[in-house]
Amino acid sequence: MKQLIELTINNRVYEVPVSPKDLLADVIRDKVGLTGTKKGCGQGDCGACTVLIDGNPVLSCLTLAIACQGRKITTIEGLVAEDGQLHPIQQAYVDHGAVQCGFCTPGMILTSKALLDRNPKPSEEEIKRGISGNICRCTGYKKIVEAIFAAGETISTEGVK
Amino acid sequence: MNKDFTQVGRSVPRKDGPLKVKGEAIYTGDMVLPRMAYGKIKRSPYAHAIIKKIDYSKALEMPGVLAVVTGDEAPKKWGIVPQTANEVALAVGKVRFYNEGVAAVAAIDEETAEAALDLIEVEYEPLPVLTDPFESMKRANEVCIHEDAPDNILHAGDQLFGDPDKAFAECTYVLEREFHTSYVNHAFLEPHTSLASYDTQSGQLQLWSSTQVPHYLHTQLSIVLEMPMSKIRVTVPAVGGGFGGKGEASPADFCAALLSRKIGRPVRVAFERSEVFATNKGRHPCHMKMKIGLDKDGYIQAVDFDNTLDGGAYAGWGIVVMFYTASMIHLPYKVPNARANVRRVYTNKPTCGAMRGLGGVQPRYAMECMLDEMAEMIGISPYELKMKNAVESGYRSVSNLHVPHTEYRKCLQTAAERSGYLEKHGKLPFGKGIGLAGGYYISGTAYTLYQSYKPHTTVLIRVDTEGGATVHCAAADIGQGCNTVMAQMAAEALGIRYEDVHVVSGDTELGTFDLGSFASRLTYASGVAIKDAAKQINDKLFEVAAGMVGCRADQLEVKDCRFYSKFEPKKTIEWAKVVDVYTNSVGTLTGLGHFSPPRLKGIDLTRGKRVQGANIGHSPTFGFSCQIWEVDVDLETGKIRVDKVTEAGDCGQAVNPMSVDGQVEGSILFAMGQALYEEMKVAPDGKIINASLHDYKVPTAMELPEIDTTIVDSYDPTAPFGVKESGEGPVQPTIPAITNAIYDAIGVRFTDLPITPEKVLKALKEKQENQKSEGR
Ligand code: FES
Ligand code: FES
Repeated sequence: MKQLIELTINNRVYEVPVSPKDLLADVIRDKVGLTGTKKGCGQGDCGACTVLIDGNPVLSCLTLAIACQGRKITTIEGLVAEDGQLHPIQQAYVDHGAVQCGFCTPGMILTSKALLDRNPKPSEEEIKRGISGNICRCTGYKKIVEAIFAAGETISTEGVK
Repeated sequence: MNKDFTQVGRSVPRKDGPLKVKGEAIYTGDMVLPRMAYGKIKRSPYAHAIIKKIDYSKALEMPGVLAVVTGDEAPKKWGIVPQTANEVALAVGKVRFYNEGVAAVAAIDEETAEAALDLIEVEYEPLPVLTDPFESMKRANEVCIHEDAPDNILHAGDQLFGDPDKAFAECTYVLEREFHTSYVNHAFLEPHTSLASYDTQSGQLQLWSSTQVPHYLHTQLSIVLEMPMSKIRVTVPAVGGGFGGKGEASPADFCAALLSRKIGRPVRVAFERSEVFATNKGRHPCHMKMKIGLDKDGYIQAVDFDNTLDGGAYAGWGIVVMFYTASMIHLPYKVPNARANVRRVYTNKPTCGAMRGLGGVQPRYAMECMLDEMAEMIGISPYELKMKNAVESGYRSVSNLHVPHTEYRKCLQTAAERSGYLEKHGKLPFGKGIGLAGGYYISGTAYTLYQSYKPHTTVLIRVDTEGGATVHCAAADIGQGCNTVMAQMAAEALGIRYEDVHVVSGDTELGTFDLGSFASRLTYASGVAIKDAAKQINDKLFEVAAGMVGCRADQLEVKDCRFYSKFEPKKTIEWAKVVDVYTNSVGTLTGLGHFSPPRLKGIDLTRGKRVQGANIGHSPTFGFSCQIWEVDVDLETGKIRVDKVTEAGDCGQAVNPMSVDGQVEGSILFAMGQALYEEMKVAPDGKIINASLHDYKVPTAMELPEIDTTIVDSYDPTAPFGVKESGEGPVQPTIPAITNAIYDAIGVRFTDLPITPEKVLKALKEKQENQKSEGR
């Protein structure tokens, strides 16, 4: 029943054996071994499993892996620059105290990235709306909003590679 | 009066921040070991039933299935409180709540394990289900949940201090009210996960678990597995939140361990979200009656408190939570006479346990709302009433709680000033309101959950050329940031930089003893032990440094990674050089520090009698805070929008102000959920009908109000580095502050939670009708 498919994750092509009902979250975590993508509910309710597909945030626990062939998948591991530097969003999360337990963090950061890619200068309201599908139980969101705001500033003044 | 600190008081990013933002932090569920098998738990479709038979022969025949365990194989009872231990790894003979585990399967992959569950045949004889604590007490003679509790009550307690009846008789103002709080879950983001690896050759078990309490888990594994603690090692990888819900062992731990021991392979058990709700251990719904009496000047003379706690199926933290609710009425106001009658009742629901600010949140809700109402009776501002009654440093309550230091009044004042409370309260247009509430919480705790007076925390600091400075302590960083805070305190005490301190924690073998992350104890407890250990290190290094710079050791101080002569600052040498010399001649340098909380406070030593209220709630110090909430009630939809929250907190000296703010902001949204949205709904048959994060609504960023927090200037001279707590105190004022704000907005006092739009609309309608009939 398994078939070999090609998934492009963080600009690298992985050949993985999957069955038609395998979910992207499980394939990324268990078969590809990129465990930065988290599962908090497996039901599309928490956002912890968010990855980017062609730049758009997608809940990988609701997405069939097989449907992602030929698409560009970005996971949290794909955000760090070649030279190991943190992406400005990652840096802002660290500096602003937007991370506590860190379990929501990968999904939250990828959602933030999609948001800032569309609009590097979002209003507070736009940020809140943008991350409203991602639950964080630790931080109370305030520092996350601040981090996204600050990252947006950095990106629009300095740009990112 | 902050001390001249350089490392304590710095807002440094947390130690594990970079790993977490890169997705490289390893949580238990991210770990894969060679030959690892996957465990799943078969759960009961009844909330109360006798297990007549379990047949798993078909499951065992299924290809890929490696083993099945049932409760009979591990019948030893465990419990976080040993005196009331009545839980088992998997049900034995009877299930007492819906979805209780009855068997566990290990298989080569998750799908197979899942499929095998269906092949396990369990025969049940259903029993009547009790979901309400009052019904449970009433029908106890006909339906009994635990044999040793014929009245369906785990425990009841009565406490009497002074003469409340006499005091009430003399009071000018007396008010009596009832309050009901809801059944809420922690909803931490990472479901419980456990990975066990048993080595059949050595008989050694290694367990990785998403836990707050490696030590208690360690003891409980030892009981259930009937293995000595020395054969078990518990390691805590990154933990995705706990809030009390990982403050005792989970069936995931026991099942992983039992299965691994059975098959001699590593086994991982990761809960689904529904299993997190099914095993719960969240906040106790409380049905409270409170009576408060004030004299003619508004001073509290007496408090009478009656509380029925709905405990769910097992004991868990129940007795502790129960006594905490009784204890918590004695602060942050002076209460000269008090009575508490409390009981914790069994029901056929997932067990309640410890949840952020345990035991404080419910009575605080009652008391802060009632004082708000009583201020109105007297005709003064709630602010004035609370200021008037607030405790001062050095206060000792009638129940013997001693407050060495408090800035509670400063919290009230700061929040009132920053929010403009006095100008706004009672003066906003209908639909808009502002509400104030205060709160406090224990810090450092004084009680182990078993009768042992060993130190609660031990810290080993190791200094040498190889590692620089390393702090060892088996505390658990569950996201609250204790590793960062311990590193800051160690750096301060050693005179070096936070960045240069390594922390080895969360491991019962590599770390020295610690009780765990609960009861807001760690900053205080580890602070004492760190100071103690660092002093031993410094004493040795001073000797060496003195010889190197040519002065007496007692003339030296260490700061900014250098030793200085206090009198001749030119006589100085780098810390690392001194360590080099020490290590090269003597070898690795260690210091071992302990923390034992002040004990025996609850025991009358001369007569050897226990004092009522003993220990529970006693604490070396307390954190205080005030919150002021501004709300806007939509009169059409009943929706409550929170415009602004102003908070001021006394957490003693903040070790890491950014992290304190994070705790406060997190607390605010956390408690706001319970106030306005969250409630586990239970059907009459005991089934939880909203066991998902879709149906159980926690606050999202859309609910984030404007938040203004202030860490008030505070330093507890009796505490290490002047610290107190900040992780649980800030949840205390939230619910009553919102409730008081809603009253200010629409003139309705809500006494049961959550305050949903439906309840608001209903209340508004009733109010309108009353007004109409009064008008007629
Ligand atoms: S794990 Fe996918 S939304 Fe929660
Ligand atoms: S940091 Fe813990 S859930 Fe967001």
